Amino acid sequence: MSEVIHADHHDDHAHGPAKGMLRWLYTTNHKDIGTLYLWFSFAMFLIGGVMALVIRTELFQPGLQFIEPEFFNQMTTNHGLIMVFGAIMPAFVGLANWLIPMQVGAPDMALPRMNNLSFWILPFAFSMMISTLFMEGGGPNFGWTFYAPLSTTYAPDSVTYFIFAVHLMGASSIMGSINIIATILNMRAPGMTLMKMPMFVWTWLITAYLLIAVMPVLAGAVTMMLFDIHFNTSFFNAAGGGDPVMFQHIFWFFGHPEVYIMILPAFGIVSHIIPTFARKQLFGYTSMVYAVASIAFLSFIVWAHHMFTVGMPLAGQLFFMYSTMLIAVPTGVKVFNWIATMWRGSMTFETPMLFAIAFVVLFTMGGFSGLMLAITPADYQYHDTYFVVAHFHYVLVPGALFSIIAAVYFWIPKWTGKMYDESLGKLHFWLSFIGVNVTFFPQHFSGLAGMPRRIPDYALQFADFNMVSSIGAFIFGFSQLFFLYVVIKTIRSGAPAKGRSWEGAKGLEWILPSPAPYHSFTYPPEVKSEEVHG
Amino acid sequence: MSSSTEVDNSTYYVPEQGWYPVFLAFGLMLMVTGLAGFLNEIKNGGAGGWTQSLVGFAFVSFVLYRWFAKVVEENAAGMNNATLKKSYVWGMGWFIFSEVMFFAAFFGALFYVREFVVPWLGGEGDKAVIGEYLWPAFEATWPVVANPNPEIFVNPGESMASPDVSNLSAWGAYLPFYNTVILLTSSVTVHFAHDAIKSQERNKIIGWLALTVILGIIFLILQVEEYIHAYQALGLTLDSGIYGSTFFILTGFHGFHVTLGTFILLVQLFRAIKGHFTANDCFGFESASWYWHFVDVVWVGLFIFVYVV
Repeated sequence: MSEVIHADHHDDHAHGPAKGMLRWLYTTNHKDIGTLYLWFSFAMFLIGGVMALVIRTELFQPGLQFIEPEFFNQMTTNHGLIMVFGAIMPAFVGLANWLIPMQVGAPDMALPRMNNLSFWILPFAFSMMISTLFMEGGGPNFGWTFYAPLSTTYAPDSVTYFIFAVHLMGASSIMGSINIIATILNMRAPGMTLMKMPMFVWTWLITAYLLIAVMPVLAGAVTMMLFDIHFNTSFFNAAGGGDPVMFQHIFWFFGHPEVYIMILPAFGIVSHIIPTFARKQLFGYTSMVYAVASIAFLSFIVWAHHMFTVGMPLAGQLFFMYSTMLIAVPTGVKVFNWIATMWRGSMTFETPMLFAIAFVVLFTMGGFSGLMLAITPADYQYHDTYFVVAHFHYVLVPGALFSIIAAVYFWIPKWTGKMYDESLGKLHFWLSFIGVNVTFFPQHFSGLAGMPRRIPDYALQFADFNMVSSIGAFIFGFSQLFFLYVVIKTIRSGAPAKGRSWEGAKGLEWILPSPAPYHSFTYPPEVKSEEVHG
Repeated sequence: MSSSTEVDNSTYYVPEQGWYPVFLAFGLMLMVTGLAGFLNEIKNGGAGGWTQSLVGFAFVSFVLYRWFAKVVEENAAGMNNATLKKSYVWGMGWFIFSEVMFFAAFFGALFYVREFVVPWLGGEGDKAVIGEYLWPAFEATWPVVANPNPEIFVNPGESMASPDVSNLSAWGAYLPFYNTVILLTSSVTVHFAHDAIKSQERNKIIGWLALTVILGIIFLILQVEEYIHAYQALGLTLDSGIYGSTFFILTGFHGFHVTLGTFILLVQLFRAIKGHFTANDCFGFESASWYWHFVDVVWVGLFIFVYVV
């Protein structure tokens, strides 16, 4: 075997990307892998988006017009799974890949080959998951939370493929997170102490910790499903002494930290953009760090607020209600700090700043509806209604997604060396802003009035709100195609960008030329105090 | 072979592009889709074909072999500076943490079942009403040897619970007790092997490491024996209700980890015979031993909560 090992040892040690398609398959470069993650997540975003539009088309009017209820269920399930695991999470990992090595002054990610593995698992895993839609008996139809026994006793056969796809995604996330933690803790330039790290790095450090803590729990949950389905165990079957509610506990022990995995990096991004365009230091850096850490800690002890109506002991309901409300405190710290950062700043409103401000406002609205849902007796009314749908879409779409879009506009000059077209960017912002609110705001009302979620048909009284919502969804969906156009136009013909693409931008990535060289920092840069706490 | 002189040891070595990751990802998909197809065929009464998952497994093993060989070779060529070595340490540490959380899911299930589900089904506690409506005849005991609905989940004849503390002769015939002693001993022997690497006593390294591997194998043999006993003599199976479910998933995944750990230690043994480890550079061995200690700690938890308490 040894001659085989030596055979591939005449790698040329050239310092640029290889040519052709193999570059993308074989790369170990954090920027290439970041790019792969970002394009992959955008592709998944479009696929998940098409599913959302199928749902909204069916819900445009009451009655069943276009699709069967069975297929509707597959659409809601796969829309959720693809957006969570395929769009939002990989997009943040892509940003982490691109930015963290530059922001901490490292040559690359700590474990570059494993980094490539983390990415390449994803296309295979998602091919598996999407292929279930074409299998006999259809794809997963039990909601993105895949509660037992819907996902075990009553599941289609394709659930087995879904289970293994989740295992693969989990492995990918864990390896990606290990890489991020090792990079941050081990590869910072001299002088970059923990409390000098940029907020995006801090938020990702904590996010990676959450991922490593909860992805294995999800793996455990789907493994128990697998055993219940194929080996006749009774984890989630009361006839054998198990409990379907136990599935919900285990799932949400993963699921609630997962929710913060999808928002903490967004906090980091916004904490870069607002100071840049307010031309002020980030207000309360230290409290921002502690707030993120507190939110992460609390995320482990609030999970059962997703299950208030399932029949928990009263003590459990009270505990989870109060612990959930406690999260409003560190989150409030963050929101007030962003506002204080803007206070009396020399503000300008370029596209990233518009998305960031919209993030602060609309995410806070999602937070407030979350606070309403945290109140156990009130949740008895809201549970499984469109109010919940409105709530989590407000935190995930104008929350997580807007922050990702803001990050793309903010750092695309650094990535490509080209500046996007400002008026097209603003147009994209306003279309998205209007689209998202027209889509999701009415859902608060239909939910409060009692419209259940995950239902292909509804009572006539909800018709108007649903029609408005569907129109908004199409505006929002097509404005993301416009986003694609803006990005491609930037890459092909954007105006050249300066190294420090924004005059107020701080941080090590901005001392590099634009586009950033293929290998950013072979030797660690000097960490100057004026580059700290952008 | 690139000589170490042309590598600047102060810089962090970023490997050139390579084919391992994408091929490994492909192999993984081949393996798990094969397995999923197999399981579904079995479930629907078919024979079930193993071929695809085996090909996938072979593929994965081959790529992993090449990948690890490459990493060993790079280290021997002096390409890894101190910072990179520390990245490996962080990587292994956090990987073990992820494994801890994987077991936490199953331990959590065990605790939840014992503390809440079984009492409720038996008509005790806050949600006693569940039991009163569903299966009024069910009595809450642990281990559950009489299931709520024995027509669907056949009752196990007996559980694996440990004998009474005072009953010393029964402990003398209790396999899990021997397994505990074996695994704890192996944690000590692997530590002696580490000491031997630090003092560079070649024969001792090989001796202690070989002993550790042998102890691992003995543990596995005893566990197989225990499983056979459970299935054939006790009627305790995966489908005999929640006790069997939690028992087999916890001990089974632990056994799987022992298998993996034994194999990793075996690889380290071959590397030790080849003289790979020096006093200051033996990360392959050290990470294997951390993994082994972790597996050992999990067993202690298992022994306490699955067998004794």
